[in-house]
Amino acid sequence: MVNFLQLIIIYAGIYALMAIGQNCITGYTGMLSLCHAGFFCIGSYATAILCKDFGFSFWASLPIAAIASGILGFLIGVPTLRLKGDYLCIATLGLGEIIRTVATNLNPVGYQSVPRAMLFGYQFSARNKVQFILLIWAFVLIFYILFQQLAHSRLGRAMAAIREDEVAAQSNGINVTKYKIGAFVLGAAIGGVAGCFMTAYTQTVNPSSFTFMVSVMVLCMVVLGGMGNGKAVILGALIVQFISYFPQLVGLSSVIPAQATQIIYGLCLVVLMIWRPQGLLGRDKYRYGDPRSTKERLVGFFKRNPEKKGGRA
Amino acid sequence: MSDTLLTIDGISVKYGSIEALHEVSMSVKRGDIVSLIGANGAGKSTLLKAVMAQVPLSSGSITFEGNEICSTKKHGRTTHQLASLGMALVPEGRHVFADMTVEENLDMGAFLVRDSKEIDRKKEEMFDFFPILSQRRKQKTRSLSGGEQQMMAIARALMSSPKLLLLDEPGLGLAPLIVQDIFHKIRKINEEDKVTVFLVEQNARMALKNSTTGYVIETGNIVLSDTSENLLNNEKVKAAYLGE
Repeated sequence: MVNFLQLIIIYAGIYALMAIGQNCITGYTGMLSLCHAGFFCIGSYATAILCKDFGFSFWASLPIAAIASGILGFLIGVPTLRLKGDYLCIATLGLGEIIRTVATNLNPVGYQSVPRAMLFGYQFSARNKVQFILLIWAFVLIFYILFQQLAHSRLGRAMAAIREDEVAAQSNGINVTKYKIGAFVLGAAIGGVAGCFMTAYTQTVNPSSFTFMVSVMVLCMVVLGGMGNGKAVILGALIVQFISYFPQLVGLSSVIPAQATQIIYGLCLVVLMIWRPQGLLGRDKYRYGDPRSTKERLVGFFKRNPEKKGGRA
Repeated sequence: MSDTLLTIDGISVKYGSIEALHEVSMSVKRGDIVSLIGANGAGKSTLLKAVMAQVPLSSGSITFEGNEICSTKKHGRTTHQLASLGMALVPEGRHVFADMTVEENLDMGAFLVRDSKEIDRKKEEMFDFFPILSQRRKQKTRSLSGGEQQMMAIARALMSSPKLLLLDEPGLGLAPLIVQDIFHKIRKINEEDKVTVFLVEQNARMALKNSTTGYVIETGNIVLSDTSENLLNNEKVKAAYLGE
């Protein structure tokens, strides 16, 4: 039981990374994309191929996986730029499926027994889950802080403007093309990092695990938690992961069919859309007018400064 | 002709096979308020869109401060590049960032300004100029009235200290008193900040009363151009646009 809970927390961490990436594309910039499974796939394969065939270490493959996914994000972002809303959604959905199909056709069995991740001579094995939890959630924290900074920077400001109104953004001198592609590349790169961790943990890569449902699940996490809110998407990832392993967790997997979990989170989304369309935590507050420097804000983040409560008059 | 800020030279714009603008030429002098009046579908908004590079030209060219900014050649400037040259557009229907507060909207307007002290100074200037916005600074723009939103859209455009302010129907859908107030503000901006204004308006009387030069557009052609005063007394304009 405890073992299984740990497993869920590991997966939730990996998905939280993906949700952070999706949040950058959908939550901050307002582009409805459905190909995070594709980015995840590229990251996983990059790590598997580099570690197994070229003898790279896990840590060396991590940035390469991120860059490879980022390049893919660029390649997807450029042709789909002119599309909006549901059109973009369908186009990216197609591209995500293309990536999976190509992967399946190149190598239908994928890669097995990829070398494990090492840190200072210590080996992260799938058997010792606590270490892996610490590793993955440390990365979730790092990327959370990074993206929180990004959201409140000049870049984040441009992305918010594009989400709110493209015409107005352009007339204010914002290069819409540049920032849209930028958001795609960043979001995709984090998807690649998540894929890298997935490979490191399971030590296998199989093309059948990058289906369209993965993209939908990641989008659900972002919508469920609250679009444009860093904390919320991580919470969303935890909730969705718990729901999808719920039957196994309560030991009723023989009674409750696997499809039931999809019904449960479909239901959750319907209820949420009726009662709380902004997601559980809602959108993060804008802080562009914040005169504090990045360092001061970082200190404030860890201190949980009291002025936040009293200062809002 | 160094005192000409914007020159539009024989531009045509086509939407498919329909020609929305036919070889339109006009110029905006530095320091002036130029108004372009016309009925629905005459091509007013298309002209502004062509100036801001939002629709492609099928012939002609547009020059801003002596530099060609738009022509039929492919490598024209894009809208955001024009903004950095000092052209600020207040789009039709205002296009405010509805879910952001007034202050955040103004911050967005100052996207091209990198000095935060300058942004703060400019913001205070705007709040002095539009006192109503000062009262609403922490309020979401969605909750503002139409007139307040229009003022905010103008203030946002002014945040980047533009040389040329382009207004697309500033009086659209607003009560007559509010329209008067807005035109009064536009004149003040022109006089005090020396910002050249080019506005497009259906409300001919209001536009001509508050501008120095006027152009009349009909089905894609400029049919009249004169000082606004002369246009106000022109029999044709009186009959067609002023209802006299």
